Amino acid sequence: MTKQKKTMNLNFGPQHPAAHGVLRLILELDGEVVEKVDPHIGLLHRGTEKLIEHKTYTQALPYFDRLDYVAPMNQEHAFALATEKLLKIEVPIRAQYLRVIFCEIGRILSHLLNITTQALDVGALTPSLWGFEERETLMTFYERASGSRLHANYFRTGGVHQDITNDLLNDIGIFSEKFPKVIDDLENLLTDNRIFKQRNVDIGIVTKEDALSHSFSGVMLRGSGVAWDLRKSQPYECYKNLDFKIPVGKNGDCYDRYLCRIEEMRESVKIIKQCLKQIPKGPIKTVDGKISPPKKEDLKESMEALIHHFKLFTEGYRVPKGEVYSSVEAPKGEFGVYLISDGSNKPYRCKIRAPGFSHLQAIDYLTKGHMLADVPAVLGSLDIVFGEVDR
Amino acid sequence: MNLAELNNLLNSELTSKIKESKEENGELLINVELTNIYSTILFLKTDSKCKFRQLIDILAVDFPGEEDRFKIYYLLLSHENNIRIKIVSQIQIDSKVPSITKIYPSANWMEREVFDMYGIKFKNHPDLRRILTDYNFKGFPLRKDFPLTGFNEVRYSEKDKKVIYEPVKLEQNYRNFDFSSPWEGTKYIKEVKEKVKND
Repeated sequence: MTKQKKTMNLNFGPQHPAAHGVLRLILELDGEVVEKVDPHIGLLHRGTEKLIEHKTYTQALPYFDRLDYVAPMNQEHAFALATEKLLKIEVPIRAQYLRVIFCEIGRILSHLLNITTQALDVGALTPSLWGFEERETLMTFYERASGSRLHANYFRTGGVHQDITNDLLNDIGIFSEKFPKVIDDLENLLTDNRIFKQRNVDIGIVTKEDALSHSFSGVMLRGSGVAWDLRKSQPYECYKNLDFKIPVGKNGDCYDRYLCRIEEMRESVKIIKQCLKQIPKGPIKTVDGKISPPKKEDLKESMEALIHHFKLFTEGYRVPKGEVYSSVEAPKGEFGVYLISDGSNKPYRCKIRAPGFSHLQAIDYLTKGHMLADVPAVLGSLDIVFGEVDR
Repeated sequence: MNLAELNNLLNSELTSKIKESKEENGELLINVELTNIYSTILFLKTDSKCKFRQLIDILAVDFPGEEDRFKIYYLLLSHENNIRIKIVSQIQIDSKVPSITKIYPSANWMEREVFDMYGIKFKNHPDLRRILTDYNFKGFPLRKDFPLTGFNEVRYSEKDKKVIYEPVKLEQNYRNFDFSSPWEGTKYIKEVKEKVKND
């Protein structure tokens, strides 16, 4: 007699606190064991790529803040690098350092959110309260540099929007001295916590081979033991001059990915400290008047500056014909922009490669055979933000 | 192995398949026929020297004026050699692209996205459904002839007590400005200039 198997379909989300946004999962369960997961995404699809095709390069930049809204400036970075590659312009050295400082702040922002919400998903409330306090401080730095806490729109083609004051640099310095203590506190709560380990160790294991063939990047790849970080292997900006390590996991489970993120935050603090020491004085955006807008003071005196200002903010600049792929190591993995320009002032095509898209795709492979309660734990360690998955 | 070596290797190993190869901005671009996509990518992944073990992305681009309307790009990355490669192929509106989900499982969603956005069909794809757009969505939004504002809008109807779809009603149309020759002067000035020159 053949054994009859009866599976049950369960709908998870799209509004569920553990879904980290608007994710709908159709789970096929055999008792409490997951047989199949079919994610339905796109509930936050806003047509970013289509919109960018209708906007000038300057207007297109703010859309990148709205992708992974947890670490906005890292996304802007990829787009700025792509246009700079096509325009063949150099970024002044001070701007490079400013970009690196804010990208690393973004990395801490993202990892803090991820670690603490992962803990929240498996039942620990305190880390999120502690972590969000630090996030608030970091977002104040964003605000003081760019004027807004989340959607910064700070990076520009050829540099950054405006210089920051020494006061702000000092405050970031004070933060980087204090912050390792906070990481220690978080680790005290979680790293050896019995419940946290029970829920994460040996859950959602990814082998090296599978991590590669599933297009994983960032912590998802490094957690499985592949030492790959774009900041080291294909360095951009001033990462060459900075000394930092790449934490690599061993087992490729949720717990190793958590440990990688903790270590990465420590490395980010190290990078920020070095940047603050090395940052030189100088211009913060390219001096090419056809690309970067003139100073406010010049507008009152110089006719040419006024013309340039008007042209840049109505028509924008033109980017030479060509196509380019440029990627950065965003907190979640490799964030890339494939830009095709037809020589006009608007991108002909701008494809956004979001790391979360490939990560979420693998959820079926990751949770097959696990218990239902492990699904949120795995989802938490994937580090999904729907802004970038749905685009 | 660097980019030039890879270029030589590919040109000798895949001579009959490669239509064109060029290096640009530190990236290698190879152009292949639609029918050779599968075998080329399989070679790139399995060859002991190339080792392109990761698929970064698949994307399509729409060129409405051209005979082969779409271009499809595959971006691959080799961790061992630290090299990126792009494979591109021109396809027609009704041609079926061979799916590479067997080579890279992650191609599944990427191909679904291309199908969703452009209506390009894939052969042997296990589950070719729409992915990002709404349930029951019609049309292919990233095609150049699809309007930015779309066709339908959604709102909650107090009368029906549910979310309803209606044709798009905008107070003001989306404005598209003509920037054809701004640094040199606007269109009519250019025309006058041309006229003077010709006379």
